[in-house]
This record gives sequence, C-alpha cells and structure tokens, in this order.
Amino acid sequence: MTDSPAGPDPAAPDPAGRDPANPDPAGAGAVAIEGLRKSFGANLVLDGIDLSVASHEVICLIGASGSGKSTLLRCINLLESIDAGRILLWGQDITQPGIDQNRVRRSVGIVFQAFNLFPHMTVLRNVTLAPVKALGASRREAEDEARALLDRFGLLEKQADYPDRLSGGQQQRVAIVRALAMRPRLMLLDEVTSALDPELVAEVLDVIRELAGSGMTMLIATHEMSFARDIANRVCFLSGGRIVEQGPPAELFTSPRDERTQRFLRRITDAGRL
Amino acid sequence: MVGPPQTSFGPARRGSRLLRSGRGAVAVSTASTIVVLGAIAALFLLAPGSAAVRHTFFNPADMWKSLIGNPRQGYYSVGEALWLNIRMFLAAEVLILIVALFIAVIRQSDSPVMFPLRIVSTVYVDVFRGVPLILVILAIGFGAPALNLSFVSTQSAAVYGVAALVLSYSAYVSEVYRAGLNSVHQSQVAAARSLGLSHPAALRYVILPQAVRNIIPPLLNDFISLQKDTALVGVLGAIEANKAAEIFSDTVFNYSSYVVAAILFLILTIPLARFTDYLIARDRRRRLAGAVA
Repeated sequence: MTDSPAGPDPAAPDPAGRDPANPDPAGAGAVAIEGLRKSFGANLVLDGIDLSVASHEVICLIGASGSGKSTLLRCINLLESIDAGRILLWGQDITQPGIDQNRVRRSVGIVFQAFNLFPHMTVLRNVTLAPVKALGASRREAEDEARALLDRFGLLEKQADYPDRLSGGQQQRVAIVRALAMRPRLMLLDEVTSALDPELVAEVLDVIRELAGSGMTMLIATHEMSFARDIANRVCFLSGGRIVEQGPPAELFTSPRDERTQRFLRRITDAGRL
Repeated sequence: MVGPPQTSFGPARRGSRLLRSGRGAVAVSTASTIVVLGAIAALFLLAPGSAAVRHTFFNPADMWKSLIGNPRQGYYSVGEALWLNIRMFLAAEVLILIVALFIAVIRQSDSPVMFPLRIVSTVYVDVFRGVPLILVILAIGFGAPALNLSFVSTQSAAVYGVAALVLSYSAYVSEVYRAGLNSVHQSQVAAARSLGLSHPAALRYVILPQAVRNIIPPLLNDFISLQKDTALVGVLGAIEANKAAEIFSDTVFNYSSYVVAAILFLILTIPLARFTDYLIARDRRRRLAGAVA
C-alpha cells in the first residue's frame, strides 16, 4: 500500500499492485515449483509437482477431490509446510528457512471454498483489517481503497453489513475483495464456487473473469470445467498428487493424451458438467 | 410472581425458562409456588425448636444491629465489611482476566520456543485447580509474611487474599479461555494468516474477539463463584462480611449476623446470575436465528 500512487482512483486501480514499468523484475516468471512433495502422516498428497506460471497467466487446476489441488495452493501461500522441493515466487525461494512468511503472504492472495470471512466484523472491516494491521496503511486510506474495490464488484451498499447477512455469492465476492485489498501479485482460488448454490456461481465467476481480464496472475482450483475452458491459458490435470497432463484448454479438453485425463473428463461429461 | 404476557410463540423467542408462559401456566405456577412455600414455612414454624431458631438466626433487632455495627460494643458493620468483599472481587477479577489469558495463550501456542513456558503453565494449572482455595489462602496469608521479604511480607490480609484468589481462579479461567480459543474454527486462523497478519495480530483481531464472545457465560459463572469466595479471606483476619458476622455472633451470641451476610451476598450475586442467564438466552436466540437465515 505504501508504494501505491496517492489517492484511490476507482477508474484504474491496479489490483495486482504491479509496477507497470517492470512487471517481472527477476524475469523468472511468477511461480516456479520444483519437485514439491507433501504428505499428511502416511498420506502422500503431493508427489513431485513441477509447475511454472508466467506473469498474467491464468492456470486452472482440475482433478478429482483429493488429487492435491487445494494442498498445492495452500503450500504456495505457506499455509502448509512442505516436505521436499521448493517454491519460487518471482525468482525468490519462499520455502527456504528464514523467509518472512507474512511478507510472502501479503503478496499472495488466497480465497477459500468456505469464504472464511470474519463473522464479527462488518464487510468494510473485513476488507480493511489486513491493509491496516499488516501493511500499516492508515484507516482512512484503507477504507477509501476498500470502498473503491467493493464498488467495482457491486458490493458497496453491503459495506456496513455483517457477513451472515450476505448471500453465499456475496460473501465469496467479499472474500475476493478482501484478498485484493492487499494488492497481491498472485491470486490463488481454491474451489471458490464449490460451496455455492448453483444460481450464485455465475456472479463469482464474473468477478474472476474480470480479474483475469485485468491481467492478474491466477492459480484456480476448480470443478467448473466450462469455466476453466473459458478462462484458463493453461489447464493442469492432477491425479495422485502429480500433474499428469497440462496444456491449453482447447487441447486438453478435446484431445487429452493421458488415459487418466480421458477417464476423468469422460466421467465429468457423463455427469453433464462439460 | 407473574410472568410477562407472551405474545409470540415462535421458536426463536422462548421467554424465560424459569416461568413457562401462557395464562393457564401462570396460574398453575403461582398456585404451586404458594403451596410449596407454604409447606416449607409450616415445617419451619411448626418444628419444636422453631422459636429458638427464629430468635438466634432471624432476630430482626440483631440483624439490624449487625448490619449497622457498633465498634464500641466490639463488633463491626457487616454491611460496611461487604465493601471489602466487593473491592477484593473487583481487583481479583481484573487480574484473573489478564493472568488467565496469558496462561491460555501460552498453553495454546505451538512454537518450540515456548516449550518451557508451556510446561510451567500446565503444572501451574494442574496444581492450582487441584488444591482447595482455602489452603491456598492460608499458605499465602501466613506464608508470605513469614518470609520476611521486604514488601512481600508487609501486605494486608486482603492483599494476600486477592493474591490467593487470583492464583486459584486464573487456573480455572485459563481453561475457560482455552475452550473459547478452541471453539474458533481453524479456518479463521488460516484466513487471517493468509492475509499476512502476524500470529499475534491474528490472535488479537480475529481469534480472541470470537473466542471471548463464546465464553462470556461460563466466565460470568466463575465470577459469581469468585464473589462468594472472597468470604474465605476472612480466615486471614480481614474484616470482610463473613468475618464481621462471625465477630458479631461471638460478641452478642446471636447468629442473625450470618443471615445478614448471606442476604448481602445474594444481593451481590443474583443480578450477575440473571445477567448470565440473559446472555445465554440471547446467544441461543441468535444461534437459532442464524440457523434459520
């Protein structure tokens, strides 16, 4: 928040907080994951993930429940410790010891399936808490900026409401705004529409589309195949803790090469979800 | 005793549990109250020793004398002595809220650096929950002066009493806090940390406010108990209400002063008890309303 231009400009806020002159300082891509392994007890969840994401790229992670999509996202946000491998964000290894986890998390926004808004705070407080308490922004500055973001996503009149007064779709949009208020350079979306009633899914997907349009780098774990086909630059299919296959959506969805991908997509098609 | 007329019978508004409402119900509860109270009164009045008990325990003249006190006759005012109970309660309460919170946070931490402190606080809670409060009061009240250690040994009995109350109750209340911290879902921690808030900031702004909301009723319950237990400090010679009543009965050979002390404690604790009930009922209403929405 400190490096932002003075005063909020609702017409052209840059949600990614990128320096326009130098969007990719290290020239190393936004995310580079190498040989990532993670297990919970005896349960091996991530079994050697290699993935690189360029700035402004939108990647959709698909795969059955338990294939490791959520864990992968939580590792990138350092909510889970990893067992082996490393994760680099803009060239910096964030998994080495001595890294300031809070600083890493401030530049990486994550949105959860269950929204996880703070129930004891108004919408506006939910959005301004981290900018004020973690970035040291003044309350006024943070509130102005939060209102601009809420306005951009049609939530301004909800600013004084508590989360339990909002619909699921509205709560999830607030959760996205809350993450964006930290001006992250990378957004991780963890099945953000899975807990929503079907008629509320579209409003959240519209928000994500807008974000993609504004050039936000995103990693999206999703079960919405048509949405993935629509928005992703690249789709990764996870199975058994590995990325089995990846490619542009047109390619992966129409002519998957790996037999497991074919089986997964056939099941989805049979269920009428594609 | 007549309950307020109930206009709504929705599931979210149940009214008081003490008085089930409705016109017929009010009549029935009034009648049964009269019968029960009448029976107890008859039993009391018809007992062979009734006159003697009424004279020694419920003698209005002696009750009044003990309430007012008369130092020239060698006894103190029970009413004035209660002020010491109130002050000890207030001082202990504030300290307990702070000490117990520290202990709870230490016990909940998972950092390896905190390991020695975790051990110390676990032992502390085990010990002070297990030892009777009266023994803690005696140990501090007679032990600290015997140490001959500058200001530690020169305090008043009331100060030692408060110290003992704080030591004992903080162990209990820290467990209440801990239950409250555990009642906040782990996903709230994840949400707070994922935004880059430090652990203390997440605790202070996200976890604790929600935890405290959940534990206010059990916390108040412990404080009702604390109000009464200030009477135990009398064993150290502090002239609190119970001690003043004891001195009166030793001087005048009449126990009415104890009844006065009991009534005064009731006047203190009943409002807090009703307030606790009110908070619990309000919380239940909110939960029901939240489940419907």
